[in-house]
Amino acid sequence: MDKVMRLTTERGVVLFSKSSCCLCYAVKILFQELGVTPTIHEIDQDPEGREMERALMRLGCKAPVPAVFIGGKLVGSTNEVMSLHLGGGLIPLLRPYQAFC
Amino acid sequence: MLQPNLKEEEGIEAIETWNVGEQQELEGDEESKLSIALDINSTCAKVAFFIISKSMNSPTPQFVPSRLGIYEPIHQIGIWGENFKSNGNPNTSTSVIVEVDNKLENESETTSHEMLTASKNYEQEASKPIDKIQRRLAQNREAARKSRLRKKAYVQQLENSRLKLIQLEQELQRARQQGLYMGGVLEGSHIGFSGTVNSEDSVGIAAFEMEYGRWVDVQHRQICELRTALNAHISDIELRILVESGIGHYFELFRMKSTVAKADVFYVISGVWKTSAERFFSWIGGFRPSELLKVLVPQLDPLTEQQILEVCNLKQSCQQAEDALSQGMEKLQETVSSTVAGGPVDEVSYIPQVATAMEKLEALVSFVNQADHLRQETLQQMSRILTTCQAARGLLALGEYFHRLRALSTLWATRPPEPSLP
Repeated sequence: MDKVMRLTTERGVVLFSKSSCCLCYAVKILFQELGVTPTIHEIDQDPEGREMERALMRLGCKAPVPAVFIGGKLVGSTNEVMSLHLGGGLIPLLRPYQAFC
Repeated sequence: MLQPNLKEEEGIEAIETWNVGEQQELEGDEESKLSIALDINSTCAKVAFFIISKSMNSPTPQFVPSRLGIYEPIHQIGIWGENFKSNGNPNTSTSVIVEVDNKLENESETTSHEMLTASKNYEQEASKPIDKIQRRLAQNREAARKSRLRKKAYVQQLENSRLKLIQLEQELQRARQQGLYMGGVLEGSHIGFSGTVNSEDSVGIAAFEMEYGRWVDVQHRQICELRTALNAHISDIELRILVESGIGHYFELFRMKSTVAKADVFYVISGVWKTSAERFFSWIGGFRPSELLKVLVPQLDPLTEQQILEVCNLKQSCQQAEDALSQGMEKLQETVSSTVAGGPVDEVSYIPQVATAMEKLEALVSFVNQADHLRQETLQQMSRILTTCQAARGLLALGEYFHRLRALSTLWATRPPEPSLP
Protein backbone atom coordinates (compact mmCIF):
# COMPACT_ATOMS: atom_id res chain seq x y z
CA MET A 1 0.00 0.00 0.00
CA ASP A 2 2.78 2.35 0.94
CA LYS A 3 4.53 1.85 -2.33
CA VAL A 4 1.38 2.58 -4.24
CA MET A 5 0.67 5.70 -2.22
CA ARG A 6 4.21 6.90 -2.68
CA LEU A 7 4.08 6.31 -6.40
CA THR A 8 0.75 7.97 -6.87
CA THR A 9 1.89 11.20 -5.28
CA GLU A 10 4.45 11.56 -7.98
CA ARG A 11 3.71 14.54 -10.11
CA GLY A 12 2.18 13.95 -13.44
CA VAL A 13 0.31 11.09 -14.93
CA VAL A 14 0.84 7.72 -13.30
CA LEU A 15 -0.38 4.50 -14.83
CA PHE A 16 -0.36 1.18 -13.06
CA SER A 17 -0.29 -1.55 -15.66
CA LYS A 18 0.62 -5.14 -16.38
CA SER A 19 2.89 -5.89 -19.31
CA SER A 20 0.52 -8.62 -20.48
CA CYS A 21 -2.60 -6.47 -20.25
CA CYS A 22 -3.85 -5.34 -23.64
CA LEU A 23 -6.41 -2.96 -22.20
CA CYS A 24 -3.55 -1.22 -20.38
CA TYR A 25 -1.82 -1.05 -23.73
CA ALA A 26 -4.88 0.70 -25.16
CA VAL A 27 -4.76 3.30 -22.41
CA LYS A 28 -1.06 3.85 -23.06
CA ILE A 29 -1.83 4.44 -26.73
CA LEU A 30 -4.53 6.94 -25.81
CA PHE A 31 -2.16 8.96 -23.66
CA GLN A 32 0.39 8.83 -26.44
CA GLU A 33 -2.16 10.28 -28.85
CA LEU A 34 -2.90 13.04 -26.38
CA GLY A 35 0.76 13.95 -26.12
CA VAL A 36 1.28 12.63 -22.63
CA THR A 37 3.97 10.28 -21.39
CA PRO A 38 2.69 8.71 -18.19
CA THR A 39 4.95 7.14 -15.62
CA ILE A 40 4.19 3.49 -16.05
CA HIS A 41 4.52 0.91 -13.30
CA GLU A 42 4.21 -2.64 -14.53
CA ILE A 43 3.13 -4.33 -11.37
CA ASP A 44 3.54 -7.81 -12.81
CA GLN A 45 7.22 -7.08 -13.06
CA ASP A 46 7.43 -5.65 -9.58
CA PRO A 47 8.43 -7.91 -6.67
CA GLU A 48 5.72 -6.29 -4.58
CA GLY A 49 3.21 -6.68 -7.39
CA ARG A 50 0.70 -8.72 -5.42
CA GLU A 51 0.60 -6.14 -2.66
CA MET A 52 0.19 -3.34 -5.12
CA GLU A 53 -2.68 -5.13 -6.78
CA ARG A 54 -4.50 -5.47 -3.49
CA ALA A 55 -3.80 -1.86 -2.62
CA LEU A 56 -5.20 -0.61 -5.90
CA MET A 57 -8.34 -2.60 -5.45
CA ARG A 58 -8.75 -1.22 -1.97
CA LEU A 59 -8.48 2.26 -3.41
CA GLY A 60 -11.61 1.57 -5.39
CA CYS A 61 -10.43 0.16 -8.70
CA LYS A 62 -12.62 -2.75 -9.76
CA ALA A 63 -9.79 -4.14 -11.85
CA PRO A 64 -6.35 -3.43 -10.46
CA VAL A 65 -5.06 -2.43 -13.87
CA PRO A 66 -5.15 -0.16 -15.67
CA ALA A 67 -5.27 2.42 -12.91
CA VAL A 68 -4.68 6.08 -13.76
CA PHE A 69 -3.65 8.80 -11.37
CA ILE A 70 -3.27 12.42 -12.44
CA GLY A 71 -1.56 14.87 -10.10
CA GLY A 72 -1.87 12.42 -7.24
CA LYS A 73 -5.60 11.90 -7.63
CA LEU A 74 -7.17 8.64 -8.73
CA VAL A 75 -9.00 9.05 -12.03
CA GLY A 76 -9.98 5.42 -12.33
CA SER A 77 -9.79 2.56 -14.79
CA THR A 78 -10.47 2.43 -18.54
CA ASN A 79 -14.17 3.21 -18.11
CA GLU A 80 -13.53 6.37 -16.17
CA VAL A 81 -10.74 7.53 -18.46
CA MET A 82 -12.93 7.03 -21.54
CA SER A 83 -15.95 8.75 -20.03
CA LEU A 84 -13.81 11.64 -18.93
CA HIS A 85 -12.26 11.96 -22.33
CA LEU A 86 -15.54 11.93 -24.24
CA GLY A 87 -16.97 14.41 -21.81
CA GLY A 88 -14.07 16.71 -22.59
CA GLY A 89 -12.68 16.56 -19.06
CA LEU A 90 -9.52 14.58 -19.65
CA ILE A 91 -7.53 17.03 -21.72
CA PRO A 92 -7.84 19.90 -19.23
CA LEU A 93 -6.46 17.58 -16.55
CA LEU A 94 -3.61 16.54 -18.79
CA ARG A 95 -2.73 19.97 -20.05
CA PRO A 96 0.05 20.67 -17.53
CA TYR A 97 1.67 17.41 -18.52
CA GLN A 98 1.22 17.50 -22.27
CA ALA A 99 4.36 17.63 -24.35
CA PHE A 100 3.91 17.72 -28.10
CA CYS A 101 7.03 17.30 -30.13
CA MET B 1 -54.97 -23.42 -104.33
CA LEU B 2 -57.00 -26.29 -103.07
CA GLN B 3 -60.09 -24.92 -101.39
CA PRO B 4 -58.44 -22.28 -99.23
CA ASN B 5 -61.70 -21.30 -97.62
CA LEU B 6 -62.23 -24.74 -96.28
CA LYS B 7 -58.82 -24.69 -94.68
CA GLU B 8 -59.60 -21.38 -93.10
CA GLU B 9 -62.69 -22.90 -91.57
CA GLU B 10 -60.66 -25.80 -90.34
CA GLY B 11 -58.21 -23.48 -88.78
CA ILE B 12 -60.89 -21.46 -87.06
CA GLU B 13 -62.48 -24.61 -85.77
CA ALA B 14 -59.16 -25.75 -84.44
CA ILE B 15 -58.66 -22.47 -82.63
CA GLU B 16 -62.15 -22.67 -81.24
CA THR B 17 -61.47 -26.10 -79.89
CA TRP B 18 -58.23 -24.81 -78.45
CA ASN B 19 -59.90 -21.93 -76.62
CA VAL B 20 -62.79 -24.00 -75.40
CA GLY B 21 -60.33 -26.61 -74.31
CA GLU B 22 -58.53 -24.04 -72.23
CA GLN B 23 -61.79 -22.98 -70.59
CA GLN B 24 -62.50 -26.54 -69.68
CA GLU B 25 -58.99 -27.02 -68.44
CA LEU B 26 -59.48 -24.29 -65.87
CA GLU B 27 -62.41 -26.09 -64.34
CA GLY B 28 -61.65 -29.78 -64.61
CA ASP B 29 -59.62 -31.95 -62.27
CA GLU B 30 -55.98 -32.79 -62.79
CA GLU B 31 -56.37 -35.86 -64.90
CA SER B 32 -58.89 -34.37 -67.23
CA LYS B 33 -56.73 -31.28 -67.40
CA LEU B 34 -53.86 -33.30 -68.71
CA SER B 35 -56.01 -35.10 -71.23
CA ILE B 36 -57.51 -31.82 -72.33
CA ALA B 37 -54.04 -30.44 -72.58
CA LEU B 38 -53.18 -33.25 -74.91
CA ASP B 39 -56.26 -32.51 -76.99
CA ILE B 40 -55.21 -28.92 -77.11
CA ASN B 41 -51.83 -30.05 -78.25
CA SER B 42 -53.17 -31.86 -81.26
CA THR B 43 -55.47 -28.99 -82.04
CA CYS B 44 -52.59 -26.65 -81.73
CA ALA B 45 -50.58 -28.70 -84.10
CA LYS B 46 -53.37 -28.50 -86.64
CA VAL B 47 -53.59 -24.75 -86.17
CA ALA B 48 -49.90 -24.29 -86.57
CA PHE B 49 -49.79 -26.24 -89.74
CA PHE B 50 -52.72 -24.38 -91.09
CA ILE B 51 -50.97 -21.12 -90.44
CA ILE B 52 -47.68 -22.28 -91.78
CA SER B 53 -49.27 -23.68 -94.93
CA LYS B 54 -51.17 -20.47 -95.49
CA SER B 55 -48.09 -18.37 -95.23
CA MET B 56 -46.11 -20.66 -97.43
CA ASN B 57 -48.96 -21.12 -99.88
CA SER B 58 -48.45 -24.83 -99.88
CA PRO B 59 -51.47 -26.91 -100.86
CA THR B 60 -51.62 -29.48 -98.11
CA PRO B 61 -50.38 -29.25 -94.54
CA GLN B 62 -48.25 -32.21 -93.66
CA PHE B 63 -49.43 -33.21 -90.30
CA VAL B 64 -46.50 -34.94 -88.66
CA PRO B 65 -47.31 -36.41 -85.27
CA SER B 66 -43.76 -36.04 -84.02
CA ARG B 67 -44.20 -32.28 -84.09
CA LEU B 68 -46.55 -32.63 -81.19
CA GLY B 69 -43.64 -32.17 -78.87
CA ILE B 70 -43.11 -28.51 -79.55
CA TYR B 71 -46.55 -27.47 -78.36
CA GLU B 72 -45.96 -28.56 -74.86
CA PRO B 73 -46.22 -25.01 -73.63
CA ILE B 74 -49.91 -25.67 -73.32
CA HIS B 75 -48.88 -28.06 -70.59
CA GLN B 76 -47.04 -25.13 -69.12
CA ILE B 77 -50.17 -22.98 -69.16
CA GLY B 78 -51.94 -25.81 -67.44
CA ILE B 79 -49.31 -25.89 -64.77
CA TRP B 80 -49.43 -22.16 -64.24
CA GLY B 81 -53.18 -22.37 -64.02
CA GLU B 82 -52.94 -25.04 -61.34
CA ASN B 83 -50.37 -23.12 -59.37
CA PHE B 84 -52.38 -19.98 -59.61
CA LYS B 85 -55.28 -21.81 -58.14
CA SER B 86 -53.33 -23.50 -55.36
CA ASN B 87 -53.32 -21.27 -52.32
CA GLY B 88 -49.79 -20.02 -52.65
CA ASN B 89 -48.27 -22.84 -50.61
CA PRO B 90 -44.72 -23.15 -51.88
CA ASN B 91 -44.68 -26.88 -51.17
CA THR B 92 -47.63 -27.50 -53.41
CA SER B 93 -46.05 -25.62 -56.27
CA THR B 94 -42.86 -27.60 -55.92
CA SER B 95 -44.64 -30.93 -56.09
CA VAL B 96 -46.63 -29.88 -59.12
CA ILE B 97 -43.44 -28.96 -60.95
CA VAL B 98 -42.00 -32.34 -60.16
CA GLU B 99 -44.99 -34.10 -61.65
CA VAL B 100 -44.45 -32.60 -65.06
CA ASP B 101 -41.74 -33.68 -67.47
CA ASN B 102 -38.63 -31.49 -67.06
CA LYS B 103 -38.22 -31.20 -70.79
CA LEU B 104 -41.32 -29.04 -70.96
CA GLU B 105 -39.81 -26.20 -69.03
CA ASN B 106 -36.74 -26.00 -71.19
CA GLU B 107 -38.69 -25.70 -74.37
CA SER B 108 -41.50 -23.53 -73.09
CA GLU B 109 -39.81 -20.17 -73.65
CA THR B 110 -38.98 -20.63 -77.31
CA THR B 111 -42.11 -22.50 -78.23
CA SER B 112 -44.58 -20.15 -76.58
CA HIS B 113 -42.90 -17.42 -78.55
CA GLU B 114 -43.34 -19.50 -81.68
CA MET B 115 -46.94 -19.97 -80.79
CA LEU B 116 -47.59 -16.26 -80.48
CA THR B 117 -45.74 -15.59 -83.69
CA ALA B 118 -47.84 -18.24 -85.38
CA SER B 119 -51.04 -16.66 -84.14
CA LYS B 120 -49.79 -13.26 -85.24
CA ASN B 121 -49.19 -14.63 -88.75
CA TYR B 122 -52.69 -15.95 -88.67
CA GLU B 123 -54.00 -12.52 -87.75
CA GLN B 124 -52.22 -10.97 -90.70
CA GLU B 125 -53.68 -13.56 -93.05
CA ALA B 126 -57.25 -13.18 -91.79
CA SER B 127 -57.60 -9.39 -91.93
CA LYS B 128 -60.70 -10.01 -94.01
CA PRO B 129 -63.66 -8.58 -92.11
CA ILE B 130 -65.22 -11.81 -90.87
CA ASP B 131 -66.74 -11.34 -87.42
CA LYS B 132 -66.27 -14.92 -86.43
CA ILE B 133 -62.59 -14.78 -87.12
CA GLN B 134 -62.16 -11.52 -85.26
CA ARG B 135 -63.98 -12.87 -82.27
CA ARG B 136 -61.79 -15.91 -82.25
CA LEU B 137 -58.75 -13.74 -82.52
CA ALA B 138 -59.86 -11.70 -79.55
CA GLN B 139 -60.39 -14.83 -77.54
CA ASN B 140 -57.01 -16.00 -78.60
CA ARG B 141 -55.38 -12.81 -77.43
CA GLU B 142 -57.31 -12.96 -74.19
CA ALA B 143 -56.14 -16.49 -73.56
CA ALA B 144 -52.56 -15.53 -74.23
CA ARG B 145 -52.87 -12.56 -71.87
CA LYS B 146 -54.30 -14.72 -69.14
CA SER B 147 -51.54 -17.15 -69.69
CA ARG B 148 -48.96 -14.42 -69.23
CA LEU B 149 -50.65 -13.26 -66.04
CA ARG B 150 -50.66 -16.74 -64.66
CA LYS B 151 -47.02 -17.11 -65.51
CA LYS B 152 -46.29 -13.86 -63.67
CA ALA B 153 -48.15 -15.06 -60.60
CA TYR B 154 -46.28 -18.34 -60.71
CA VAL B 155 -42.93 -16.58 -60.90
CA GLN B 156 -43.96 -14.34 -58.01
CA GLN B 157 -44.74 -17.43 -55.95
CA LEU B 158 -41.35 -18.85 -56.80
CA GLU B 159 -39.69 -15.65 -55.66
CA ASN B 160 -41.56 -15.76 -52.37
CA SER B 161 -40.57 -19.36 -51.80
CA ARG B 162 -36.99 -18.43 -52.54
CA LEU B 163 -37.09 -15.65 -49.98
CA LYS B 164 -38.51 -17.99 -47.37
CA LEU B 165 -35.86 -20.54 -48.17
CA ILE B 166 -33.09 -18.01 -47.73
CA GLN B 167 -34.52 -16.91 -44.39
CA LEU B 168 -34.69 -20.51 -43.24
CA GLU B 169 -31.13 -21.09 -44.37
CA GLN B 170 -29.97 -18.06 -42.42
CA GLU B 171 -31.75 -19.29 -39.31
CA LEU B 172 -30.19 -22.67 -39.77
CA GLN B 173 -26.76 -21.17 -40.14
CA ARG B 174 -27.22 -19.21 -36.96
CA ALA B 175 -28.32 -22.30 -35.13
CA ARG B 176 -25.30 -24.12 -36.53
CA GLN B 177 -22.99 -21.38 -35.33
CA GLN B 178 -24.33 -21.88 -31.86
CA GLY B 179 -23.84 -25.58 -32.31
CA LEU B 180 -20.24 -24.91 -33.31
CA TYR B 181 -19.62 -22.96 -30.13
CA MET B 182 -21.12 -25.80 -28.17
CA GLY B 183 -18.87 -28.17 -30.09
CA GLY B 184 -15.90 -25.96 -29.25
CA VAL B 185 -16.56 -26.30 -25.54
CA LEU B 186 -16.87 -30.07 -25.91
CA GLU B 187 -13.50 -30.14 -27.68
CA GLY B 188 -11.91 -28.31 -24.77
CA SER B 189 -13.28 -30.67 -22.19
CA HIS B 190 -11.32 -33.65 -23.46
CA ILE B 191 -8.00 -32.10 -22.46
CA GLY B 192 -9.06 -32.16 -18.87
CA PHE B 193 -10.42 -28.76 -18.07
CA SER B 194 -13.29 -28.63 -15.67
CA GLY B 195 -15.19 -28.35 -18.89
CA THR B 196 -18.69 -28.24 -17.62
CA VAL B 197 -20.32 -28.28 -21.00
CA ASN B 198 -21.94 -24.94 -20.78
CA SER B 199 -25.52 -25.56 -21.58
CA GLU B 200 -26.07 -22.31 -19.74
CA ASP B 201 -24.09 -20.63 -22.49
CA SER B 202 -26.37 -21.89 -25.20
CA VAL B 203 -29.35 -20.97 -23.05
CA GLY B 204 -27.82 -17.52 -22.64
CA ILE B 205 -27.40 -17.20 -26.37
CA ALA B 206 -30.90 -18.45 -27.12
CA ALA B 207 -32.32 -16.03 -24.58
CA PHE B 208 -30.34 -13.18 -26.14
CA GLU B 209 -31.54 -14.04 -29.63
CA MET B 210 -35.13 -13.89 -28.49
CA GLU B 211 -34.63 -10.69 -26.54
CA TYR B 212 -32.80 -9.11 -29.42
CA GLY B 213 -35.64 -9.96 -31.79
CA ARG B 214 -38.01 -8.16 -29.45
CA TRP B 215 -35.54 -5.31 -29.09
CA VAL B 216 -35.55 -4.73 -32.85
CA ASP B 217 -39.36 -4.72 -32.90
CA VAL B 218 -39.53 -2.18 -30.08
CA GLN B 219 -36.87 -0.13 -31.86
CA HIS B 220 -38.97 -0.04 -34.98
CA ARG B 221 -42.03 1.02 -33.02
CA GLN B 222 -40.08 3.80 -31.32
CA ILE B 223 -38.82 5.10 -34.65
CA CYS B 224 -42.36 5.33 -35.96
CA GLU B 225 -43.47 7.10 -32.80
CA LEU B 226 -40.63 9.60 -33.09
CA ARG B 227 -41.46 10.30 -36.69
CA THR B 228 -45.12 10.90 -35.90
CA ALA B 229 -44.26 13.04 -32.88
CA LEU B 230 -41.85 15.22 -34.84
CA ASN B 231 -44.36 15.77 -37.63
CA ALA B 232 -47.09 16.55 -35.14
CA HIS B 233 -44.89 19.12 -33.34
CA ILE B 234 -45.71 17.84 -29.86
CA SER B 235 -44.52 19.63 -26.75
CA ASP B 236 -40.92 19.48 -25.63
CA ILE B 237 -41.83 17.66 -22.44
CA GLU B 238 -43.58 14.87 -24.32
CA LEU B 239 -40.73 14.71 -26.82
CA ARG B 240 -38.24 14.46 -23.97
CA ILE B 241 -40.02 11.34 -22.75
CA LEU B 242 -39.65 9.75 -26.17
CA VAL B 243 -35.98 10.72 -26.33
CA GLU B 244 -35.26 9.30 -22.89
CA SER B 245 -36.94 5.99 -23.72
CA GLY B 246 -35.08 5.89 -27.04
CA ILE B 247 -31.71 6.29 -25.41
CA GLY B 248 -32.69 3.94 -22.62
CA HIS B 249 -33.52 1.36 -25.25
CA TYR B 250 -29.95 1.43 -26.55
CA PHE B 251 -28.64 1.12 -23.00
CA GLU B 252 -30.84 -1.93 -22.62
CA LEU B 253 -29.08 -3.47 -25.63
CA PHE B 254 -25.67 -2.85 -24.09
CA ARG B 255 -26.84 -4.56 -20.89
CA MET B 256 -28.08 -7.55 -22.87
CA LYS B 257 -24.79 -7.74 -24.75
CA SER B 258 -22.79 -7.59 -21.55
CA THR B 259 -24.69 -10.57 -20.17
CA VAL B 260 -24.31 -12.72 -23.27
CA ALA B 261 -20.64 -11.70 -23.63
CA LYS B 262 -19.96 -13.40 -20.32
CA ALA B 263 -21.58 -16.55 -21.72
CA ASP B 264 -19.84 -16.43 -25.08
CA VAL B 265 -17.79 -13.42 -26.10
CA PHE B 266 -17.08 -14.85 -29.55
CA TYR B 267 -20.79 -14.89 -30.21
CA VAL B 268 -21.01 -11.15 -29.58
CA ILE B 269 -17.88 -10.32 -31.54
CA SER B 270 -18.86 -12.42 -34.53
CA GLY B 271 -21.94 -10.27 -34.97
CA VAL B 272 -23.85 -13.35 -36.05
CA TRP B 273 -26.84 -11.97 -34.17
CA LYS B 274 -27.01 -9.05 -36.57
CA THR B 275 -27.90 -8.86 -40.24
CA SER B 276 -25.17 -9.15 -42.83
CA ALA B 277 -24.97 -5.49 -43.81
CA GLU B 278 -24.76 -4.46 -40.14
CA ARG B 279 -22.00 -7.01 -39.67
CA PHE B 280 -20.07 -5.40 -42.50
CA PHE B 281 -19.67 -2.30 -40.34
CA SER B 282 -19.01 -4.20 -37.12
CA TRP B 283 -16.31 -2.98 -34.77
CA ILE B 284 -15.67 -4.98 -31.62
CA GLY B 285 -19.16 -6.42 -31.54
CA GLY B 286 -21.19 -3.39 -32.61
CA PHE B 287 -21.28 -0.12 -34.48
CA ARG B 288 -18.41 2.35 -34.42
CA PRO B 289 -19.21 5.41 -32.29
CA SER B 290 -17.54 7.72 -34.81
CA GLU B 291 -19.74 6.16 -37.52
CA LEU B 292 -22.74 6.95 -35.38
CA LEU B 293 -21.74 10.61 -35.28
CA LYS B 294 -21.23 10.70 -39.03
CA VAL B 295 -24.78 9.44 -39.52
CA LEU B 296 -26.31 11.76 -36.95
CA VAL B 297 -24.69 15.13 -37.47
CA PRO B 298 -25.93 15.95 -40.99
CA GLN B 299 -29.48 15.39 -39.74
CA LEU B 300 -29.14 17.88 -36.94
CA ASP B 301 -28.81 21.19 -38.76
CA PRO B 302 -28.94 23.86 -37.67
CA LEU B 303 -26.51 23.65 -34.78
CA THR B 304 -25.34 26.62 -32.74
CA GLU B 305 -21.67 27.53 -32.81
CA GLN B 306 -21.23 26.17 -29.32
CA GLN B 307 -22.85 22.92 -30.36
CA ILE B 308 -20.67 22.64 -33.44
CA LEU B 309 -17.59 23.05 -31.29
CA GLU B 310 -18.73 20.45 -28.78
CA VAL B 311 -19.70 17.96 -31.46
CA CYS B 312 -16.33 18.48 -33.09
CA ASN B 313 -14.54 17.76 -29.82
CA LEU B 314 -16.69 14.73 -29.25
CA LYS B 315 -15.87 13.42 -32.72
CA GLN B 316 -12.18 13.83 -32.05
CA SER B 317 -12.14 12.21 -28.63
CA CYS B 318 -14.33 9.41 -29.97
CA GLN B 319 -11.88 8.76 -32.75
CA GLN B 320 -8.95 8.76 -30.34
CA ALA B 321 -10.65 6.35 -27.96
CA GLU B 322 -11.59 4.07 -30.86
CA ASP B 323 -8.03 4.06 -32.15
CA ALA B 324 -6.71 3.19 -28.73
CA LEU B 325 -9.12 0.29 -28.35
CA SER B 326 -8.43 -0.91 -31.90
CA GLN B 327 -4.73 -1.00 -31.23
CA GLY B 328 -5.36 -2.79 -27.96
CA MET B 329 -7.35 -5.40 -29.88
CA GLU B 330 -4.53 -5.83 -32.37
CA LYS B 331 -2.12 -6.33 -29.51
CA LEU B 332 -4.46 -8.95 -28.08
CA GLN B 333 -4.58 -10.76 -31.41
CA GLU B 334 -0.80 -10.74 -31.64
CA THR B 335 -0.50 -12.03 -28.10
CA VAL B 336 -2.97 -14.88 -28.54
CA SER B 337 -1.50 -15.79 -31.91
CA SER B 338 2.07 -15.95 -30.69
CA THR B 339 0.98 -17.88 -27.60
CA VAL B 340 -0.87 -20.49 -29.63
CA ALA B 341 1.93 -20.76 -32.17
CA GLY B 342 4.63 -20.88 -29.56
CA GLY B 343 6.56 -23.91 -28.46
CA PRO B 344 7.87 -26.77 -30.57
CA VAL B 345 5.40 -28.11 -33.10
CA ASP B 346 6.89 -31.55 -33.18
CA GLU B 347 5.61 -32.19 -29.71
CA VAL B 348 2.18 -33.71 -29.46
CA SER B 349 1.03 -31.80 -26.41
CA TYR B 350 -0.12 -28.26 -27.02
CA ILE B 351 -1.85 -27.92 -23.71
CA PRO B 352 0.39 -25.28 -22.16
CA GLN B 353 0.06 -23.00 -25.19
CA VAL B 354 -3.68 -23.37 -25.41
CA ALA B 355 -4.10 -22.93 -21.66
CA THR B 356 -2.11 -19.70 -21.69
CA ALA B 357 -4.02 -18.48 -24.71
CA MET B 358 -7.27 -19.11 -22.85
CA GLU B 359 -6.19 -16.75 -20.08
CA LYS B 360 -5.33 -14.06 -22.57
CA LEU B 361 -8.65 -14.41 -24.33
CA GLU B 362 -10.42 -13.40 -21.14
CA ALA B 363 -9.37 -9.88 -22.03
CA LEU B 364 -11.71 -10.01 -25.01
CA VAL B 365 -14.70 -9.65 -22.72
CA SER B 366 -13.19 -6.44 -21.32
CA PHE B 367 -12.72 -5.07 -24.82
CA VAL B 368 -16.29 -5.78 -25.80
CA ASN B 369 -17.48 -4.10 -22.63
CA GLN B 370 -15.24 -1.12 -23.28
CA ALA B 371 -16.49 -0.77 -26.82
CA ASP B 372 -20.09 -0.81 -25.63
CA HIS B 373 -19.18 1.67 -22.93
CA LEU B 374 -17.82 3.95 -25.62
CA ARG B 375 -21.05 3.66 -27.59
CA GLN B 376 -23.07 4.44 -24.52
CA GLU B 377 -20.94 7.45 -23.65
CA THR B 378 -21.20 8.81 -27.17
CA LEU B 379 -24.99 8.61 -27.05
CA GLN B 380 -25.04 10.21 -23.64
CA GLN B 381 -22.81 13.08 -24.69
CA MET B 382 -24.88 13.77 -27.77
CA SER B 383 -27.99 13.80 -25.65
CA ARG B 384 -26.30 16.39 -23.43
CA ILE B 385 -25.14 18.62 -26.28
CA LEU B 386 -28.38 18.61 -28.27
CA THR B 387 -31.75 20.15 -27.64
CA THR B 388 -34.68 17.80 -27.12
CA CYS B 389 -35.91 18.32 -30.64
CA GLN B 390 -32.48 17.75 -32.11
CA ALA B 391 -31.99 14.65 -30.00
CA ALA B 392 -35.32 13.30 -31.25
CA ARG B 393 -34.29 13.88 -34.85
CA GLY B 394 -30.94 12.27 -34.10
CA LEU B 395 -32.52 9.17 -32.65
CA LEU B 396 -34.87 8.95 -35.61
CA ALA B 397 -31.95 9.24 -38.01
CA LEU B 398 -29.96 6.58 -36.18
CA GLY B 399 -32.83 4.15 -35.91
CA GLU B 400 -33.77 4.67 -39.53
CA TYR B 401 -30.15 4.07 -40.57
CA PHE B 402 -30.02 0.68 -38.87
CA HIS B 403 -33.47 -0.17 -40.22
CA ARG B 404 -32.24 0.53 -43.74
CA LEU B 405 -29.12 -1.55 -43.20
CA ARG B 406 -31.34 -4.46 -42.21
CA ALA B 407 -33.47 -3.94 -45.30
CA LEU B 408 -30.29 -3.86 -47.37
CA SER B 409 -29.29 -7.21 -45.90
CA THR B 410 -32.59 -8.79 -46.87
CA LEU B 411 -32.53 -7.33 -50.36
CA TRP B 412 -28.99 -8.47 -50.88
CA ALA B 413 -29.84 -11.98 -49.76
CA THR B 414 -32.71 -12.16 -52.20
CA ARG B 415 -31.15 -10.55 -55.23
CA PRO B 416 -31.68 -12.54 -58.45
CA PRO B 417 -28.92 -14.99 -59.23
CA GLU B 418 -26.21 -13.99 -61.69
CA PRO B 419 -27.14 -15.15 -65.21
CA SER B 420 -24.99 -18.12 -66.12
CA LEU B 421 -22.47 -17.56 -68.84
CA PRO B 422 -23.50 -18.70 -72.34
